[in-house]
Amino acid sequence: MEVKVNFIVYLSDYIIPFLFFYIIGYSLLTKTSTYDEFIKGAEDGFKVVFDILPTLIGLMIAIGILRSSGALDLLSGTLKPITDFLHFPSELLPITLVKMFSSSAATSLLLDIFKEYGPDSYLGRLVSIILSSTETIFYTLAVYFMAAGVSKTRYTLAGALVSTLAGTIASVLITQLVF
Amino acid sequence: MINYLWAFMILIGIVVGVLGGNIAEISNATINSSKEAVSLCIAMLGVMSMWTGLMQVAKKTGLVTSFTKALRPIICFLFPDIPKGHIVNEYIASNMIANILGLGWAATPMGLMAMKELKKLNNNSDIASCDMCTLLIVNISSLQLIPVNIIAYRSQYGSINPAEIIVPGIIATTISTLVGVIFATVARKLSKHR
Repeated sequence: MEVKVNFIVYLSDYIIPFLFFYIIGYSLLTKTSTYDEFIKGAEDGFKVVFDILPTLIGLMIAIGILRSSGALDLLSGTLKPITDFLHFPSELLPITLVKMFSSSAATSLLLDIFKEYGPDSYLGRLVSIILSSTETIFYTLAVYFMAAGVSKTRYTLAGALVSTLAGTIASVLITQLVF
Repeated sequence: MINYLWAFMILIGIVVGVLGGNIAEISNATINSSKEAVSLCIAMLGVMSMWTGLMQVAKKTGLVTSFTKALRPIICFLFPDIPKGHIVNEYIASNMIANILGLGWAATPMGLMAMKELKKLNNNSDIASCDMCTLLIVNISSLQLIPVNIIAYRSQYGSINPAEIIVPGIIATTISTLVGVIFATVARKLSKHR
């Protein structure tokens, strides 16, 4: 079990170097101007981050207020009996709920958790995995259906909720297994 | 939506703070949070740009196009109502690839184009077609394999091994997507039999 568990973490270490090797190696074979394209793509990355900055400021302020006022602790405390019964850490309840509505707000809560418990704690790792496997349900639904001009969404919301629940449960199980 | 959420968060926070006597903390938190947002973005700038740079190289070498072709069988299975060779197949494939590679901002336009085409295929009906539902469920179950921004945040906040959550994350997201696909396929069959 130890060996298998460490193997998963071990594999994660290999992914980034492997991707670099594969993509850049392949680009040399196809005679693409690797460095120039990299710089071009990196510039796009810049734009993305700068676009996020105002939103991030606004949301981190809101989360900072919520957190420092003790409102989040209050919420976790109230729901603790239920989540303890489900073996789900109540500290992660606000972020799991908020993530369904807004990814920027969820990000602020994520950073909060990192600050409070550290990214390498059980909570820090679990929340990282949960956020990696879920999306903003309501926001995505709204944007996509609005663009298509569709108002009757049928079983989409149910499917989204079910798969998000599955992802969350899987995240808890995996974190307990691996870490 | 975000307007209400944001306003709500701030108002509730301040009210609870006043009631709990934490007003000084709130005042400090406001200023510190805004500073923190900036230092975070500076950290993110590095990781994000590195990633989008790498993805641009991948795109230019045509790796992305070959992955799109590889996805064709999956698309045929998930969206059996789409006629072969219709342009929407390309949009859906690009949407899925971009999501898998973590290019959310590139995935969304493709996804929106796909939705528009799907509506045309659905006689411009106001009701979501099975294909639309499937596309959305798959999107929302999160196809993203490598959560670059989360890794950046972990690194910024002192994680010893920020990338350690990659494989567990992939397993979890694969499970959520599988469940989503099963749901969508079952729901489709059930609705056809009605």
